[in-house]
Amino acid sequence: MRPSPAIVISNISFAYSARQALANLSLDVASGEIFALLGPNGSGKSTLFRLLATLIPLQQGEIDILSISVRTHAVEVRKRLGVVFQSPSVDAKLRVWENIRHQGWLYGLSGRELTTRGQELLAQLGLADRAHDSVETLSGGLRRRLELAKGMLHCPSILLMDEPSTGLDPAARYDFWTYLRQLRDEHGVTVLLTTHLLEEADHADRVAILSEGQIVACGAPEELRKEVGQESIVVHPIPDHAKQLAAGIAQRLNVQTRTIEDEIHVTADDATATIASLLEQFGPMVSELRLGKPTLEDVFVARTGHRFWNRPADGDSLDAKGRANRKGVRNG
Amino acid sequence: MASTLHDTPERNIPVQRISTTTPMSGVTSHPGLAAWSLGYREWLRFVRQRNRVIGAIGQPVIFWVFLSAGLQESFTAAGTSDVQFLEYFFPGTMMLIVLFTAIFTTISVIEDRREGFMQSVLVAPIPRFSLVAGKLAGGASLAMAQAVVFLALGLIWGMPFPALGLLAGMAFLLICAVALTGLGFILAWRMDSVQGFHAVMSVFLIPMWLLSGAFFPASNPWLAWVMAVNPMTYLMAGFRWLLYLGSEERIAAGTPGLAVSLLVSFAFCAVMFWASCRIAQARVRGDVRS
Repeated sequence: MRPSPAIVISNISFAYSARQALANLSLDVASGEIFALLGPNGSGKSTLFRLLATLIPLQQGEIDILSISVRTHAVEVRKRLGVVFQSPSVDAKLRVWENIRHQGWLYGLSGRELTTRGQELLAQLGLADRAHDSVETLSGGLRRRLELAKGMLHCPSILLMDEPSTGLDPAARYDFWTYLRQLRDEHGVTVLLTTHLLEEADHADRVAILSEGQIVACGAPEELRKEVGQESIVVHPIPDHAKQLAAGIAQRLNVQTRTIEDEIHVTADDATATIASLLEQFGPMVSELRLGKPTLEDVFVARTGHRFWNRPADGDSLDAKGRANRKGVRNG
Repeated sequence: MASTLHDTPERNIPVQRISTTTPMSGVTSHPGLAAWSLGYREWLRFVRQRNRVIGAIGQPVIFWVFLSAGLQESFTAAGTSDVQFLEYFFPGTMMLIVLFTAIFTTISVIEDRREGFMQSVLVAPIPRFSLVAGKLAGGASLAMAQAVVFLALGLIWGMPFPALGLLAGMAFLLICAVALTGLGFILAWRMDSVQGFHAVMSVFLIPMWLLSGAFFPASNPWLAWVMAVNPMTYLMAGFRWLLYLGSEERIAAGTPGLAVSLLVSFAFCAVMFWASCRIAQARVRGDVRS
């Protein structure tokens, strides 16, 4: 049984003029869990983040954070939230310590309490020796650490983070997740983060996948992947044969197929046998074939019928990274 | 192959264990401390930007020196016997310093929003009047500091202000500084570009100053009418009256009276602060930037 919810989102809808960003969305986040909101750009996760952070007002529905209404008691909610934004919120003209002190004063911390807490955080985040340096001289990764220090300075019960890994190299991401787990395990901090990185969402205790302002899947990453199947086969046909090949596979091999643009996703209980039969019967029509464990992208595809990334050419797309653990077979 | 979170072998910078000596607790926000923080930040930013220091006081000094040099021989303030342009323009230049500082300080509202700093202030558990008070206190105190430096230059130059007038005038100038910083804040809050603010400065704030009696007294009826509806006229007049306290014969004819100037100035300052607090409640497009 999960602990009582720290965040309860009930039937919220939000529109920017004519564009509907969120549509009747409901969600609970348990106390002391790391929860990821995963979605492609424009899926509504940043709007949801801003509503949770009290940066924009609710239009429809309710949000309760630690049983306090965001609509009626925003200031009380803010005292309990630590917020780390996607875009930088540190003052580059100030020194590291000056940014920390400023943040502390905003949250009513001063004197020894502020000094102790600030120094502890800077030490924990590897910034102690840069405390008196100008923020302008910090690398992108160190600035993100400073953002995190600001967000955690007043010991919030809930930490909200918008695309927190932006600009971090893999090693820094590892540190970052280590820190989040410490917060969760040792202090019971509830962490809610938004991300468009499929692999990052995999590290959360639970994940909600958003598409077009609605939740299309919610649960532990492992559970969500299991729903798709034990193994995932993706077939790239030779040009102009996708429909024909998909129909043939489904009919002759008695498996489920789903055609997404130029890819055929095959769900089968025995993937190895299916691949062998597939290559034997349809080999000349197959350009490329991949086998791997289902990813959250597969969950997204299964639930929405379209790919996570509409344009695979996007540079930092996890479309490619998410498949990195799959075995590839290229025909010819 | 692309690196993933799973395959990172080592951390490059160690993250220490979280200390258990610090209790995890809620916070009690202090509006005054928050306002102090925002005001103090304005000072830190000011001293770290040398061009701002130079621009804020250098430009008015250049104006004063060269305009006075050019107009000194052809100007005597109406109703006075020997107040020439150098002296007449001196209080006007102090008001210009205050106005310029107000402009530069409130430009930071736009920059803070564009650079992302403002969003961390907006989600802090502080009332919006703390934000306004901090910005206005920071801007007004910066303006006063620069005005004091310029005043010291003027006294060295030989400006004939009585001691009591200096005290009363500077106290009143603080009211003017708060009012003008508030005006700048109101204009800046909804703007999303510094260029737009410069346009407003050119077509609204600078003409407001020019038509306040800072540069020249009302010389014809239609100009007097325009100046009469300009609140900065009363800031300027009140400042002159108090700066020359005990030497009122050096006030130019046509300057609004002391009582009405003080009344309008205090009312203007109060309205600017109130309106700043009101407008700061409004969410703007920049608050929802990605």
